[in-house]
Amino acid sequence: MQREGLTQVVGKSLGSFFTSKLDEAIGWGRKYSIFQYPFVTACCGMEYMAAACSHYDIDRFGAGLPRFSPRQADVLFVVGTISHKMAPVLKRVYDQMCEPKWVVAFGVCTCTGGFYDNYATVMGIDTLIPVDVYIPGCPPRPESVIDGLMKLQEKIATSTQRY
Amino acid sequence: MNGPAILLRVAERFGSRILETHDRLGDQTAVVDRAALIELLTYCRDELGLKFDMLMDLTAVDYLKYPGREDGPRFEVVYHLYSLPHNHRLRVKVALEEDDPVVPTVVDLWPIANWFEREVWDMFGIRFEGHPDLRRLLMYEEFQGHPLRKDYPVSKRQPLIGPKN
Repeated sequence: MQREGLTQVVGKSLGSFFTSKLDEAIGWGRKYSIFQYPFVTACCGMEYMAAACSHYDIDRFGAGLPRFSPRQADVLFVVGTISHKMAPVLKRVYDQMCEPKWVVAFGVCTCTGGFYDNYATVMGIDTLIPVDVYIPGCPPRPESVIDGLMKLQEKIATSTQRY
Repeated sequence: MNGPAILLRVAERFGSRILETHDRLGDQTAVVDRAALIELLTYCRDELGLKFDMLMDLTAVDYLKYPGREDGPRFEVVYHLYSLPHNHRLRVKVALEEDDPVVPTVVDLWPIANWFEREVWDMFGIRFEGHPDLRRLLMYEEFQGHPLRKDYPVSKRQPLIGPKN
């Protein structure tokens, strides 16, 4: 009886040991293969291009390959002001992405609407789709983009993986 | 031809149908009666000495709460003309009452006016009679009202999806 109980306990912890290690391995893999979908609408796009070019080498974080199809992308980079006319398109692109997926709000317009408070602008894309990382700035410096990217990596690596 | 001479020439030809002329800071403006608008613009485009072959801009102004003009005509449509051969400019304005914001189209004179007029319709609700396709240009079809009118609430939003305001 005692011995059986012991095996059960050992077996259980062994099992969770393996799944947590598997989670870690998958998380490690996923955090270094961030294929982005750049949803670029405004001036932040220039800053995104600067940050994505060779000078800052974001391939170090496995984020060097933008995919221009939402089906192939892991992370939706929303770069630039989103207007109410554009909002249904953004939602649709988000819905087309496969799980697991993450969203980065790049620049203050996507975070809160920024200095726009008028008839045309969405007051933060988190009113439409869930956002994982907010990168404020008008536009953000490449350093803060990389910081946001590393925070996203951390989130991807430490979360429970679905597979 | 220099600016004041253009104003003189136009005023001479159209007489009392030119309601006002301004010459300020090197820019010349002619305010014209709506009935003579097309005739004036055609003259400006085709007359040899004028040859305004380019419509630089077409826009509108809402004078609803403008100090000193509260009871005058509410809208003004503004045409900015430029002549490539002569390198001179002229601004033409036409005033419109609130209850009759209609002006004849100039698409036949300058094709670029097509989108300018659609934008002015979209933003100010001024109709252009004879326009081939007067739809909204910037806002979506579901949008109610005209956002650049001064009586449009400054932060009124009409989202297609997501929370209302």
